[in-house]
Amino acid sequence: MTDDRDFHVRAVAEGGVLGGGGRGKVDGLAKITGRSVFVDDLVLPRMVYAKVLRSPHAHAKILSIDASEALAMPGVLKVMTGEDCTARYGAIPVAQDETALALGKVRYIGEPVVCVAAVDEETARDACRRVRVVYEPLDAILSIDDALSADKPFIHEWARKPSNILRKVDQEYGDVDAAFAASDLVLEGTYDYPGSTHVPLETHAALAVPHADGRLTLWSSTQNPHYMHRTIARVLGMRPGDVRVIKPDIGAGYGGKCDTFCTDVCSAWLARALDRPVKFVFEREEVFYAHRGRHRTKMWLKMGMTKEGRVTGIDFKAWAEGGAYASYGVVTSFYLGVFMTMPYKVENYRFQSHRVYTNHPPCGPKRGHGAIQPRFALELHLDRMCEALGLDPVQVRLDNLIEAGHETVNGLLVPSIALSECIERVVQASDYRAKKGSLPPGRGIGLACSAYMCGALHAVYDNDLPHSGVQLKCDRSGRVTIFSGTADCGQGSNHMLAVFVAERLGIDPTDCTVVEADTDLTPVDLGSYSSRVTFMAGNAALQAADRLRSQIASALAAKFKVPVESLVFAGREVRGAWRPIPWLEAVDIAEGHHGTLGSVGSYKPPKIGSRLKRTSVGPSPAYSFTAQVAEVTVDQVSGVVTVDKMWAAHDLGRVLHREIAEGQIEGCVYMGVGEALLEEQAYRKDGVHMTPSILEYRIPTVYDTPEIQVLLVESHDPGGPFGAKEAGEGPQLSTVPAIGNALHDAIGRWLTNPPYTPEKVWKAIKGR
Amino acid sequence: MPTEITLRLQINGEQVRRIIPANRSLLDFIREDLRLTGSKHGCDVGDCGACTVLVDGAPQLACITLAAECEGAAIRTIEGVTDGGGLHPIQEALHRHVGAQCGYCTPGIVMAMTSLLEADPHPSDSAINEALGSNICRCTGYTKILAAVREVARPGSPS
Repeated sequence: MTDDRDFHVRAVAEGGVLGGGGRGKVDGLAKITGRSVFVDDLVLPRMVYAKVLRSPHAHAKILSIDASEALAMPGVLKVMTGEDCTARYGAIPVAQDETALALGKVRYIGEPVVCVAAVDEETARDACRRVRVVYEPLDAILSIDDALSADKPFIHEWARKPSNILRKVDQEYGDVDAAFAASDLVLEGTYDYPGSTHVPLETHAALAVPHADGRLTLWSSTQNPHYMHRTIARVLGMRPGDVRVIKPDIGAGYGGKCDTFCTDVCSAWLARALDRPVKFVFEREEVFYAHRGRHRTKMWLKMGMTKEGRVTGIDFKAWAEGGAYASYGVVTSFYLGVFMTMPYKVENYRFQSHRVYTNHPPCGPKRGHGAIQPRFALELHLDRMCEALGLDPVQVRLDNLIEAGHETVNGLLVPSIALSECIERVVQASDYRAKKGSLPPGRGIGLACSAYMCGALHAVYDNDLPHSGVQLKCDRSGRVTIFSGTADCGQGSNHMLAVFVAERLGIDPTDCTVVEADTDLTPVDLGSYSSRVTFMAGNAALQAADRLRSQIASALAAKFKVPVESLVFAGREVRGAWRPIPWLEAVDIAEGHHGTLGSVGSYKPPKIGSRLKRTSVGPSPAYSFTAQVAEVTVDQVSGVVTVDKMWAAHDLGRVLHREIAEGQIEGCVYMGVGEALLEEQAYRKDGVHMTPSILEYRIPTVYDTPEIQVLLVESHDPGGPFGAKEAGEGPQLSTVPAIGNALHDAIGRWLTNPPYTPEKVWKAIKGR
Repeated sequence: MPTEITLRLQINGEQVRRIIPANRSLLDFIREDLRLTGSKHGCDVGDCGACTVLVDGAPQLACITLAAECEGAAIRTIEGVTDGGGLHPIQEALHRHVGAQCGYCTPGIVMAMTSLLEADPHPSDSAINEALGSNICRCTGYTKILAAVREVARPGSPS
């Protein structure tokens, strides 16, 4: 735990670049002046534009495609169909079921079918409308029940073992039935968590550029340039070394830009076919069809508790509606269960999940991937049991907490945890104990806790290579260039890299240039997913910086005849010789001594956690923890819920930059408030998206967003870079259940199916 | 082909004259014809505010404004938010508070807040909310943006 004073004292003692403290971030000035360059801002000579025609059917065979009329239009250059690029791909190697354009049949309304390249977007759009596609509609699978039914056709009939269940997971640890038998209370409940989508403000975009030597550059708004690189090379039948993927500035992702999209594959294929640069930018509506957002998840939860409040065992089942393609769904099916017991000591745990295919836009990783839904169920369930047993929800959580060094029953080893401090701080800051059960009618307060990972121990494809690499270049200019394959999506990873390097070299983050996410220039980094970047790329950056520092230190030690250990790098100089050596001079001496300066660092997660034998999905080198309190007001007449204030205390290991860390947590809470009150990726019974626009899909404006008080808690993780853990994803997990518990405090009803719309809340108040 | 018109207007203090299709949006005109790419496409139907520019000082959604409507108008975009370069106080505050995460909504928000602060240097919280209400930021939860605006609006008081 830290307060401002401790924090600043320590930051200064260590060289002063940790902490932030009103100094912005290294790429901040470009952002606030509109100079950041996004894919759509790029214009190249001879560039042409691509657009797609999308399916009007949820499930249908494609009988024929006639593009002759479109091709005859002036300005139309090429028409591409699924037959032109038939290699199936997908985020996870065991579930490669996508093509950029529908092949043989369509599987959801809005699926791309035909792509047209033309001299401008308007012509490409018009030409799409003139392509005649004849379909034969098929029986559509539009719900979890449909997908589990034996009487329905298969969505992926081409697969070796066709099934509308992408993945079923069954795990059992300990003896759940015996635990229930020994419990004072065993409570069952069902929960229905809605689907929701990311809505990054920048729509997905790609610009593919063919080169004279046959190579290809793809500028893509991707969170995962490395996986994109592998996919594009494979799908286009190119050598990986002939493909260069560059992620310029991107207008955020939140998980929605982890996959490869038709923008990427079609622009790349068309650029090669036309030998011209091809730009393909989604319109807003298309983003709702590309989706990859939260799986709607139906859940059944049974939990045992002693009368003192000790959790004895958990039995949990989840059915996740995944849409028409796998995306990261195999991972989702595990994430629905693997983090369930954490942060509580639960020695008996049974878990089953189904991730099913339906004829809706594909679901995938949205911030808090797969863990949001079960966390909602568990945290509401805990409060329900506390109510039934007359126990204090705060004390029950504190009493069940794991400690540092604990290995969960399913094999997740927790090196650091400061959740008890988080709980105490939100409870105190919100005055939870005084308010719980005592606020006026229609007002309520609720608490929830959560845990999340800091990167996965395993890459999405099996390998024994580093997960993050960082390369440093430094020369007599004094500037340090950091090459890293990480993908800053706005979360501040560029600044984080500069902080680590600058801190170790005693210079300022602004003395560093970060070159990121360019597969020709930067060492491999697996990308911005699973909250892995600070932990993994941070460690790689520290290793590279330490090696560069050693080079410089050894040169100075030789020249000034002092021991290497006596040298201190701080304040743009090296101290410890008979006079302080300015940074520029130090670099000059080192370059003269060693020749050209440079270093590399890499990070590969340790193999930790021993009990987990049945899956490699879930374990992480460290876990972050959050406690949140929500205070709500319910208008008893209209059912409108207002979140008055949120308090979020997050154990992020170590604060690397105060404002960036707070901003990540505020963003999580904000997105959680949206899921709690407003947002739902919902479909009509025929599979048509109900709200494919920012006006209709209601994301919170400034009016809908509560005051958010963030409390940063430091646990100093032993494996984290400077002790740091993630802060950009985990905090969202506890927002919705905190609001759900507050709602119960306000109206005395458990609402198990967010979003808490006025209609649902009004019906609950009226007992309907 | 759509009818073409001759458009004359002032952009960031500079007179421009261009022949453009009559149906061209102000946003396309700014981005494609003038290559001022700071203003962004977020939705193209006036829902998100990422394209907000100032037309004769008032914030306007460039994606649903016809360029032709701006004949003779003075347009300010993020590229011309300060006259002689440098940062506007709201930009400076946004930078320090890290009010921009991905930065995609930021130009629109800077323009909306510039207009607000130029009309009323000390706006109330409700005036700030009203001015920010048409701009979606999906990253920050508005918290750091509000802190920055409040700091400029009420220097010295805690934000």
